[in-house]
Amino acid sequence: MTRTAPALGDRALPRWTHPGAWWVWALGLATAASRTTNPILLALIVAVAGWVVQRRRPDAPWSRSFAVFLRLGLVVIGIRVLFTAVLGTGVGQHVILTLPEVPLPDWMAGVSLGGPVTAEELLLAVYEGMVLATMLACIGAANSLASPARLLASVPAALYEVGVAVVVAMTFAPQLVGDVARVRTARRLRGRSDRGVGAFLGSVMPVLEGALERAVDLAAAMDSRGYGRTGPVSRGVRRSGSALLLLGVVGVCLGVYALLDGGTPGAVGLPLLVVGLAAGLVGMRLAGRRGIRTRYRPDPWALPEWLVSACGAVPAVTLIVVSVLDPLTLVSATAPPAWPSLPVVPAAAILLAALAGFVAPRPPGPGTVRDDAASRRPDLEEVAA
Amino acid sequence: MIRFEDVSVTYDGATAPVLAHVDLHVSEGELVLVVGRTGTGKSTLLRCVNGLVPHFTGGTLSGRVTVAGRDTRLHPPRELADVVGVVPQDPLSGFVTDMVEDELAYGMESIGLAPALMRRRVEETLDLLGLADLRQRSLLSLSGGQRQRVAIGAVLTTHPKVLVLDEPTSALDPGAAEEVLAALQRLVHDLGVTVLLAEHRLERVVQYADRVVVVPGDGEALVVGTPADVMVDAPVAPPVVELGRLAGWSPLPLTVRDARRAAGPLAERLAPLVDEAARRTRAALHVIDGEPALTVSDVVVRHGSVPALRGVSLAADRGEIVALMGRNGAGKSTLLSTLVGLHVPQRGTVSVGGAAPATLRGRELVRRVGLVPQEPTDLLVADRVREECAASDRDCGVAAGTTRAVLDRLAPGISPDTHPRDLSEGQRLALALSVVLAAQPPVLLLDEPTRGLDYSAKQRLVATLRELSAAGHCVLMATHDVELAAEVATRVVVLADGEVVADGPATDVVVGSPMFAPQVSKVLAPQPWLTVSEVAAALVAAS
Repeated sequence: MTRTAPALGDRALPRWTHPGAWWVWALGLATAASRTTNPILLALIVAVAGWVVQRRRPDAPWSRSFAVFLRLGLVVIGIRVLFTAVLGTGVGQHVILTLPEVPLPDWMAGVSLGGPVTAEELLLAVYEGMVLATMLACIGAANSLASPARLLASVPAALYEVGVAVVVAMTFAPQLVGDVARVRTARRLRGRSDRGVGAFLGSVMPVLEGALERAVDLAAAMDSRGYGRTGPVSRGVRRSGSALLLLGVVGVCLGVYALLDGGTPGAVGLPLLVVGLAAGLVGMRLAGRRGIRTRYRPDPWALPEWLVSACGAVPAVTLIVVSVLDPLTLVSATAPPAWPSLPVVPAAAILLAALAGFVAPRPPGPGTVRDDAASRRPDLEEVAA
Repeated sequence: MIRFEDVSVTYDGATAPVLAHVDLHVSEGELVLVVGRTGTGKSTLLRCVNGLVPHFTGGTLSGRVTVAGRDTRLHPPRELADVVGVVPQDPLSGFVTDMVEDELAYGMESIGLAPALMRRRVEETLDLLGLADLRQRSLLSLSGGQRQRVAIGAVLTTHPKVLVLDEPTSALDPGAAEEVLAALQRLVHDLGVTVLLAEHRLERVVQYADRVVVVPGDGEALVVGTPADVMVDAPVAPPVVELGRLAGWSPLPLTVRDARRAAGPLAERLAPLVDEAARRTRAALHVIDGEPALTVSDVVVRHGSVPALRGVSLAADRGEIVALMGRNGAGKSTLLSTLVGLHVPQRGTVSVGGAAPATLRGRELVRRVGLVPQEPTDLLVADRVREECAASDRDCGVAAGTTRAVLDRLAPGISPDTHPRDLSEGQRLALALSVVLAAQPPVLLLDEPTRGLDYSAKQRLVATLRELSAAGHCVLMATHDVELAAEVATRVVVLADGEVVADGPATDVVVGSPMFAPQVSKVLAPQPWLTVSEVAAALVAAS
């Protein structure tokens, strides 16, 4: 343990980790998940994400969404399996059960409803469902770790208005839920039914009215608090800013289209994309000049953020490289069904992502100080150091 | 600091101006209280100060409003954000962010202050308003008083010279209201902020005001003066002032402390009359003994993992008016919702008119118990009063015209073509009450009925409640309004932390309680007087 080493993880002062870093980390894991159908690797990714969420989740309403995303993932797997069973073509030899087959007209040739269900195709469906579920879990982890409001607060000045609209929409959602409950209560108090379609339709208008009234109140409050004050900017700068932004968006769209569309030579797509990005960035810069806003306590992007991002990038890059060099390592055999193996290098890369739970500082919160002292067990400190 | 010169405001589509030829000058560091009935233009007056009228609301403003030398005609609200801070009536509706600290910084970010300065001011404001412990909390998790203080803090950070507040304490329990007013008092004294404040609950604020502005409405001229001058013949006055008028004290006391110093002779005159008055009060009760109208025994209700009621037992007879008091979050609203079957108790039993409310549906329910929620508008569904009444007749299964008849008794003269949202607060409450009463439920529950009501509307509510009690209804109302409880309640039940901590006749419970004692009781303690009318009746009977 050296004195000059920067304090990381539990030994650093509690602060918010830059939400961008968590998103890079989570998207890295999701990318890794998209490259493999090995159930062990996928389970490992979910476990790593869950463990980091457990360690670095702040105490806020939005940070409880991880479990919701996990459940959503299970639903996805279930739907996937169900569709395969009903619509599958019965490829493979191990028939598990045979569903009654529904004859379909000639023009629907290639689609079969019912028929034999094989272990091979079910296994494949489970694996593919797991990929989606794992990616959902990664998104859920980012949602739980990074405050959506803080993420939007870090958007560039030119997109500030869009950011505010999203933040307002997000704070409105829980209030809307409250409104629905209140209206349903009122229906009960009036002696009307509080269930069924009629009750739902009857409560739409009052809820919308309430939301509209609140929106007007909020607009008045925001106006009174200086929202939309603009700095002195010449008309020329303003117009060229907007023009460049528009040009940038068009360039990026065309470039991406050209790159993805196999028919267009890459020599056209790439330059379009680069020029579009450049125009967009300059346009944003110019448009951002109009705002006079400043940021209160912006989340810094320092060493922990670099490390967290790297923890996510390593598995992504590793799995991409492995999938290119040796595609079969990451694919689990389904025909014939076989026990999945554990490829060592990808597994190690995924485990590395768990380090994010050590290097990221604790989020601030009401119980921060006490928790900090309680969790200062020597074993954790050694690992962090 | 604020100057109105011959200001008239006419909203689009209105035939008469809301404000006509208003001249008003508020100098720096003053705390000015704006009073008047609902719908007289108080809010319009306040909204003129930062230019929301007419920039945001539309309408025509003639004359001139200047704040710190800036003309509101040339400066829209956002350009005045650094001189005027406006705290909206419902703080939650004005919050832009989701966390206390971010909310405090929002205004400063908008006007582009340097990060270091912002940081310092947020810390200063957290200390000034006692919010330091809440800095990382989500705004939705705060109590009413905390939210109000955050809303004040959020506009204070830009260091405005003027603070405008619209009914800052109307939704708060007495303790939280004191918190907010103490914070305001501090701003006026220490920072020299000019405060313009509208409030119906005069008894809470009049003692802090330097001057009072009465907005009479109907385009009449404003009455402006010191609180003592204005209160001498104001149509509405807090109980302590009315007591002063009755006893002929001069100068008129505005605070309980002043009144108590003057109250010696009155207390001597009243001392022999106490027993006689108590007998009269008992005789005036309409309590019908027999089967209780509602019983709650040992009820436990949880919200998620948080217990809201921990073993509450309560019974009320027909003819009783029970006031349910206690701080925000003590479980008052939960108890009322449990009585209409919105919560199923985890333990214990609830019975209203001989049935468990959670098992009742539709007309079965509304014929046994009626609840007017905190926001009476929630109960209203139609676009016009006429349709509302017709819908209510159908819902309750009563003869057509029943609801309208009840409404005409409670608040005569409401046009059947009015939209319920265009009614005054008092009229809206009357309409919601009629909808509930049309089914003739023996048990009536009210949640914060006086929120937003002016004094005259409150007087009408008091009369209505007495009539209902005389007609054999059992009324249970959750309220923060100690004066209302003193006026009508035959019994007071105090809840704290989901438990009943006091239950008894109003005199026994509120006299001597620092939070729940009405002003008259504070002045004349230890004698058990609660209201000015009681004192007046005793004096008349004795002479």
